[in-house]
Formats: sequence, C-alpha cells, structure tokens
Amino acid sequence: MSALAFDASKLEHHRRRKRVNAVALVLSLAAMTFGVFWLMWILFETFRLGLGGIALATFTEMTPPPQAETGGLANAIFGSLAMVSLATLLGTPIGIMAGIYLAEYGQKGWLGSVTRFINDILLSAPSIVIGLFIYSVVVTRMKSYSGFAGVLALALIVIPVVIRTTENMLSLIPNALREAAYALGTPKWRVVMTITLKSAWAGVMTGILLALARIAGETAPLLFTALSNQFWTSNLGQPMASLPVTIFKFAMSPYENWQKLAWAGVFIITMGVLALNILARVLFRNKH
Amino acid sequence: MDATLRASQYNEKIMERSDARGRPPNRRRSSPWADAVFSLLAHAAAILTLALLAGIIVSLIIGAAPAIQKFGLGFLWHAEWDPVQDSYGGLVMIYGTLMTSLIALVIAVPVSFGIALFLTELSPLWLKRPLGIAIELLAAVPSIVYGMWGLLVFGPILATYVQAPLQSLLRGVPLLGTLVSGPPVGIGILSAGIILAIMVIPFIASVMRDVFDVTPPMLKESAFALGSTTWEVVYQVVLPYTKTGVIGGIMLGLGRALGETMAVTFVIGNTNQLNSLSLFEAANSISSALANEFAEAGAGLHQASLIYLGLVLFFITFVVLALSKVLLSQLKKNEGGRT
Repeated sequence: MSALAFDASKLEHHRRRKRVNAVALVLSLAAMTFGVFWLMWILFETFRLGLGGIALATFTEMTPPPQAETGGLANAIFGSLAMVSLATLLGTPIGIMAGIYLAEYGQKGWLGSVTRFINDILLSAPSIVIGLFIYSVVVTRMKSYSGFAGVLALALIVIPVVIRTTENMLSLIPNALREAAYALGTPKWRVVMTITLKSAWAGVMTGILLALARIAGETAPLLFTALSNQFWTSNLGQPMASLPVTIFKFAMSPYENWQKLAWAGVFIITMGVLALNILARVLFRNKH
Repeated sequence: MDATLRASQYNEKIMERSDARGRPPNRRRSSPWADAVFSLLAHAAAILTLALLAGIIVSLIIGAAPAIQKFGLGFLWHAEWDPVQDSYGGLVMIYGTLMTSLIALVIAVPVSFGIALFLTELSPLWLKRPLGIAIELLAAVPSIVYGMWGLLVFGPILATYVQAPLQSLLRGVPLLGTLVSGPPVGIGILSAGIILAIMVIPFIASVMRDVFDVTPPMLKESAFALGSTTWEVVYQVVLPYTKTGVIGGIMLGLGRALGETMAVTFVIGNTNQLNSLSLFEAANSISSALANEFAEAGAGLHQASLIYLGLVLFFITFVVLALSKVLLSQLKKNEGGRT
C-alpha cells in the first residue's frame, strides 16, 4: 500500500499545512467581521445619539448660541444644500467634458495619459489643500470668506470624481456602436452626445451621485473658504454656514445643547450620504 | 401575436417616414463648427484639470514664500512652533502625520488583506455583494462622523479598556513603557491612528479584492490541483502575482491617511509638543494644525508657515499617490503580457 510510504514526518507536515490553512481562514473571517463591526457600531451610535436631537425645530430654527433652550440647524442645512448643489452644477459639466476627452479623444496621446495620471492624484489629494488653494486664489482676492469660495472648493473635489467615472463608463461602451454611428456619417460630437454618453448615462449619473455624497460630508475645504455663519444667509458673497463645519464647531464645544445638535447633524449627514450611495448603486445595477 | 403586431406597426412607421422624406437625409447635418467646438471644449476641460494641479502647487509656493525664505528646509526638522515669537518649525506636525499614518497602515494592511481574501476566496456567492457593499459604505461615511464618534464614543472606551490596562501591564518595561506612558485619556496619536485605520481599510481592501480578482483562474486551479490549501494558493500564487497591485493599494490607503483632516483633528488633541514619544500623548498633525489655526492666523509669517506645512503635505501625498498609480498600472501591463 502506498499509504505506508507516508512516514510520520510527512503526515505531520500535511497536518501542519492544514492547520496553517485553518488558522489563516479563521483570521480572514475575523478581519471581515472586524470591518463590518465598525460600520455597524458607527451607524448604531449615530442612530442612538443622533435621533434624540432630531425634532421639527432642528429643521426650522437657526443655530443657537451656547446653552440656549431652543435652536436648530436650519441655516446650516440650507447652506450645505446650496453649496453642494451649486458645486455639483459647476463641477459636473467640466468633469463630464474632461471624461469625454479621456475616453473619446485622448486614449493614446501624451495629454490623455498625463491628465489621467494627474486626475487620479487629484482624486485622493488632501481636501484641506484644496481649501488652502481656494483661500489664496479667491478669499485673499475678495478680502472676505464667502459661500462662493466654498462652492468653488467643493466643485474642485467634484471634478476628479466625475472625470473618473465618466471615462470608465464611456470606455465600457463597445466600439462597434461608435463605428456604426460613424458609418452613417454622424459627426463625432453627435456620436458622443447621442450614442456613447447616452448609453453610459446610468454610470455617469452614478458618478455624479457619488461625488454629491462625497462633498456633502466634506468639512476641511470649507473651513477657510465658506467659514461659517450663525445666521441665515442666501448671499454667496458672505460667509455661509454648512452642516459639517457647524458639526465640527459644536462637537468640539463643551456645551450640551451644541453637542446634541452636532449629533443630530451627524445623523442627517450620515443618512443623506448613505442614501445617496445606495441610490447610486441601485441606479447602476438596474441599467447594467 | 402582440409582438408581430408591434413589429408590423413599427415597419409601417419606418416606411411612412422614409416616404415622407423622400430625399437624402441631409436635414440633420450639423454645422461644421459643432464638431470643432465640441472637441475644443473637451480638450479645454482636460487642460483645466492639469492647470488645476499646477495652480495648486504655484499658489501654495507663493503663499509659503515668506516662510520658505525665512526658515528654508530647516523648517522640516525644527520642532518649535511659537506664534508669539513668530518662530516656526514643522517637525511636530510632520511627525504626527507620519506616525498616525504608520499606525493606521500597521492595523489596516493585515485586516484589509484578510477582508480581500475572504471576499475573493471564502465568501459564499450570495454574501459577496452585500459584504462588498458594506465595506464600500464604510468608505462613504464622512470623515467628520468618524471624528465625532472617535472623540465622544471610541476615545473613552479605548482609554478605559485598552490604554489603562496596557499601561499597568507595561510599566517599567524599557522601550514599550515609554510608548504607553502619559495620560490614558483616549486622545492622542494612538487613537488617531486607529480611527485612520478604520477609514483606510475600505480603500485598501477594495483595491486588494480587485487585484486578487485579476489573477488568472488557471494559475489558481493549477495550484489547487497540486494539492495546495486555500492559504497556500493565496500566499504563494495570488499574492506574488498581484504584488505590485497590492503595494499600490497600500500606497493609496497611505495617501488617504496622510491627508485626512477631520477624523484626526477630533482625536489627536492638537497639542504642539514632542516631549515624549508616547503614543498616548496628545500631538498634532499637518492637516489638523491647518484646520485649527489657519482661519485665526493673521496674515504674515504664521499663515505662510501653515501654507508651508500644506505644501509639505501635498508633496508627500503627491509622491505616495504617484507611486501607487505607477505600481497599479504596472500590474495592468503585466496582466496584458502574461495572459
């Protein structure tokens, strides 16, 4: 019998390999649990502490002074909505056009590869540096912090995200589709706008939603561009409150009413961002 | 029945349309300008992206110029940060940034590897997608949420159940004892490192999962057929094959950790000191110094020094991210060559 040829040491070696494998797989399972555990814990705490601060007043009243009885986040919520939507409106067309360039014009040339490289770096560049940039280009020129500067800073974060997804989605479109359109004599801009971009629209929308979700929670680039404002303002020339900056200010304070509002704000932001992410995924899955 | 009806209606419509037209379809021809304008717009948008990077670098250098002239490169290894005397050195913040990111990587790399291994090799098919989404949602949670949670929920727990026991355990041990000295209040380099780890795990794990997935199944199956265990396949076949991609993913996580602002600002303590090497001691990082001091710093040397710090941060992350990009594209090239 060949089994007899296995001496004890070989069997031992085999067992050891099995043991190592089992240990590694258990550790891998542990790592997975570890990752999911943090998500659950953070969501749980956000619910537990944030839900308590949510009331009608949170959405209708202005940010209160310390130790006030009442107060809400209305001006901060409005400021966030205004700046985030304007930044998306500003950044999206530029991002889509640059994405179109990368996918349809510059697949090979040096401009294409350099832009792709730089864009991937901008995608992960520290957002606080974007804030510094806008501060020195806009805020020092205009001699004042303003909602407008905040919009620009956020738009600069939107652009790389939209470029990345637009390029990825456009390059998924089969070339045969383009060739068919060209064969009919369609000019290039029409091919892009009505054939490739239209086919990739769900994916591009996903990218825009993800960019929205990303800037909705960004604090660092707003700290010294839009600053903050205790009052309601819809004037983009003035400092403007935003949800993340208000949370930052309130959470670091020792006042109990501020901390409570900060948790409420965290709850609103987390739910909004997660909803956008899930919406983006659903949208993308339905079309692909 | 229904389908054939619809098809015949459709055919009729087409017939109608071509009959009605009855001439070459030149009605839809667009002006010759449209193509040129569109191409110009696309080129302009791409060039704008490049200009953006150049603009960031130039504006930072201009903003930092007074500090660069005054302190030169010595800024990088001087620890004194004194707005009253107007004397600045960035060592404390640079150390804080590097140390917190190092701690983050030490924790995040093995965990991300485990997660990627689980998602590619172990997970049942129906669980793969929900788990992948859960990890990606972890990346989507805004950093300010991590920061606030870290300060008010995680910090106290870390202080009571980890820092205090560690301290009593390691008291008197030469090197480790110093590392854990200081007040166990749950704020400091260690807390910031742990929170950063949680934040970068999703980034590293999803890159690792993606590069593990590009390993040709043939390679893996051959190893399995030779009697390898799952671990041996991953460790001796998948990992060597995807080495550059894995390192690229780690670099990407490092780039994120270095530049992260809000999560660190909440828990690092914002104290400009480097008196002890303890990981429990409150410290400062480049990004949190910027977040806390910049809006209040008067124009002049204080502000210029902060911008100098920002420039250093941008330079470090640029190098790390560029390296990550090069490594990741290397893998793509190899993939094309070998399969």
